[in-house]
Amino acid sequence: MSGPALNLFEALRHDEMINCMRCGFCLTACPTYKLSGHEPKSPRGRIALARAAAEGLLSLEDIMAPLDQCIGCRACETACPAGVHYGEILEATRATIVQQKDQSWSERLIRKVGLRWIMGTPFGIRLGGWGLWLWQVSGLSWLARKTGLVKAVAGQALADMEAALPRVPGPVKRYMGGGPGHLFPAQGPRKARVGYFTGCVQEMVFWEENRDAIRLLQAAGCEVYIVPGQGCCGAVHSHTGEEQTAHEQARRNIAAFEHAEIDYVVNAAGGCGAALREYRLWLSRDPGWAERAERFSRNIRDVSEILLEFGPIPFGPRPGRVTFQDSCHMRNVQKLVSQPRQLLGMVPSLDFREIGNADSCCGAGGVYNLLQPETANLLGADKATRVKAIEATSLVVANPPCELHLRASLMRSGLDKEGVEVIHLVTLLRQSMDAAASATREKIDR
Amino acid sequence: MTFVKALQAIVGEQHVLYSPADLAAYAYDATPLYRSLPDVVVFPASTEEVQAILTYATAHKIPVIPRGSATNLSGGTVALNGGIMLVLTRMNRILEIDAANLTATVQPGVNTALLAREVDSLGLFYPPDPGSQAVSTIGGNVAENAGGLRGLKYGVTRDYVMGLEAVLSSGEVLRTGGKNAKDVAGYDLTRLLVGSEGTLAVITEVTVKLLPKPQAKRACLAIFDALEPAARTVARIIENKVIPCTLEFMDRGTIQAVEEFARVGLPTDAEAVLFIEQDGPQSVVDADIELVSRICREEGARDVKLAETPEEGTKLAEARRFALSALARLRPTCILEDATVPRSRLAEMVRFIGEMAVKYNLRICTFGHAGDGNLHPTCLCDERDHEELERVEQAFAEIFDKALSLGGTITGEHGVGLAKQDYLAWKIGEEGVAVSSRLKAAFDPAGILNPGKMLPKATRKRLVVKQG
Repeated sequence: MSGPALNLFEALRHDEMINCMRCGFCLTACPTYKLSGHEPKSPRGRIALARAAAEGLLSLEDIMAPLDQCIGCRACETACPAGVHYGEILEATRATIVQQKDQSWSERLIRKVGLRWIMGTPFGIRLGGWGLWLWQVSGLSWLARKTGLVKAVAGQALADMEAALPRVPGPVKRYMGGGPGHLFPAQGPRKARVGYFTGCVQEMVFWEENRDAIRLLQAAGCEVYIVPGQGCCGAVHSHTGEEQTAHEQARRNIAAFEHAEIDYVVNAAGGCGAALREYRLWLSRDPGWAERAERFSRNIRDVSEILLEFGPIPFGPRPGRVTFQDSCHMRNVQKLVSQPRQLLGMVPSLDFREIGNADSCCGAGGVYNLLQPETANLLGADKATRVKAIEATSLVVANPPCELHLRASLMRSGLDKEGVEVIHLVTLLRQSMDAAASATREKIDR
Repeated sequence: MTFVKALQAIVGEQHVLYSPADLAAYAYDATPLYRSLPDVVVFPASTEEVQAILTYATAHKIPVIPRGSATNLSGGTVALNGGIMLVLTRMNRILEIDAANLTATVQPGVNTALLAREVDSLGLFYPPDPGSQAVSTIGGNVAENAGGLRGLKYGVTRDYVMGLEAVLSSGEVLRTGGKNAKDVAGYDLTRLLVGSEGTLAVITEVTVKLLPKPQAKRACLAIFDALEPAARTVARIIENKVIPCTLEFMDRGTIQAVEEFARVGLPTDAEAVLFIEQDGPQSVVDADIELVSRICREEGARDVKLAETPEEGTKLAEARRFALSALARLRPTCILEDATVPRSRLAEMVRFIGEMAVKYNLRICTFGHAGDGNLHPTCLCDERDHEELERVEQAFAEIFDKALSLGGTITGEHGVGLAKQDYLAWKIGEEGVAVSSRLKAAFDPAGILNPGKMLPKATRKRLVVKQG
């Protein structure tokens, strides 16, 4: 470790750590503790380790591995009787470690190009989408997969992820479908004007899902504006210890949305929504921004909340057995548990079964599945086993990293070949809405 | 690191932890203020492995601290003098549920709530429900003789342990009790091991008694403007031959904290709240709860809420369920004590705790199990404030003294461990301490099992890393 000397007490949030009374109630909520049975892989253990580092009893190097093994699902916060802000401690500790650690050239490169340039700027996100499309249509993806190049260069975890990518739309389709600055009118009388938050991975990889969400919002009576100038929510930066870049994203997004004259900021990605809601915490020590962040965070809504508030949308039959895997940050941070289930309950002929541990993380954790593939894949495999056991044909998700990771997990267990799909909540609902519309058309035709 | 190698040979390499971070994560339990590093953490998977570990430890005079989920509140699983942290959570199988004999036989690492759920699904009932049951292990419950909310009617862990398998420090295996409801063969070693806090033997198998699941359950909540009528109500309920399965109390400070935290609709100017629940056959439950609510009114309760449906019952239970969460958020450090008095002295004790809070300028809120006199005076403080901690210690010394003078005890359910060592002689006397020391020597002549715990040893106490 090198880097500037700093006050570890403050940097690691010692004042927050001592709120932990070590009761251990978090243990049974923690996916990595449940898997390992080892205290250093539990929230109580990690707080104790960070605290020992802050007090100079351990070095940052000592605690790096146990902290890295945390997925950051924050299920522990829902189990904690003392209301400890575990996420705050985790991210502050990670940021401090990143600052102090000597990074290899490859890590520096990934952090600079991947996190700061591509995900960290609105133009980078667009470029990323186009690049991905080019990679797929040019046959490079096919070639690299056939020759095992991705695996050789980037490792199995990234190769699995690459194979799990859906076909992404090209620049023309993206342009025609409405990009930044586009205004989608409300269907029927306008009930609200919402600003849509597109996200980075969501917009690059799952562009169509964003359009599904927008169509649903329109049907619910919302005028939807893709606010220009927005970028990534910053969650991926915050989780990987890039605190400054994360805060840059927050400031950019607040500035972009605050003059758009909208009632709500709406998103369809559980993790992004959680980050947007936490801007008020991120920027609470920033005098110029604290108040603006507070106002911005108050107006964040998940698409499911808006659909329930302004609906109902006419839904048509969408048969099949369906299960739902919560997005951890949607459930544990945004505290949205019943909303997606209520919506699924409105779809006629849909056979819903709980997966059995929907409150426990799938292992995606933003980029956790790339950094800690062993743990991530064990958790993903458990989800696949459960999907098979309840004989579901659709695994519904509400967050892009979960979607990618679960697609890869189902592929590893061969379930994709048996016709099991991973599908975003908004896509399923849009299919159901389309079914209702075509039924109405048929009636009129007759 | 020869001991690491030796232990790895017994349990396998991946089941021995010894890096600095690993050790730091096993330096504490749920007791505020105590931390001390073990030298190694070992996870045995069988009685044989425990035997081999203890044989090795005895030969090399290494302390062994048996540990479950470390949720105890008395410092019982802190490695005071280093040594082997013996974590038993890998031994987590339910070996048998015997419906004919109404027993369950489990390994020590089985989670308490999991066992309760498993037997419940068979129409059976394991009553002990310590506050940490979602996390705690049966082995830990037995070692600490854990209590819970159902103590009044159903008793505590001790009342359900019928038989044990335990490994002595010599490595020999001791089997006590069994599935017999009647068994007077020799000393009651089962009861002796229950609550022995890991100082006599390592428990490796537990046979517990089960009950048929009660048919129905119903709750009521009574709000009082003064302490005495609430205490009188508790006494009169029992006098009227009703033994509720839960009879919980919260004082004004707790009521205010709960209301501020959870907005469950409690009046913040009330002096006391009683939460009462009865289980059993539906007709008995209805009759009991109606009688209870009548007594509450007769004793001058301001308001009595009677649950008409199970959902309403759950709603009423919320107030009590949020007590710890609400209090824990008030200040960084939450010292949860368990002074206990005969239930007829409840009001006196609660009043005295209030006086001590004023005298020492502390925030102490009291809630607890009114039915069995087991109170939880909870001090909200900041462990970084040494001067405040000193006042906390003085206040609790007076509280324990008062509890004893009322015929009570220094600890109802949390155990002695490190936290109450200095007070043990007050309760059991010099003779009690002497007999206990001789028992300890008979079981563990090498003195390796959880050394420095329970029995008073003021000289040892200074070795503890006291934070704050």
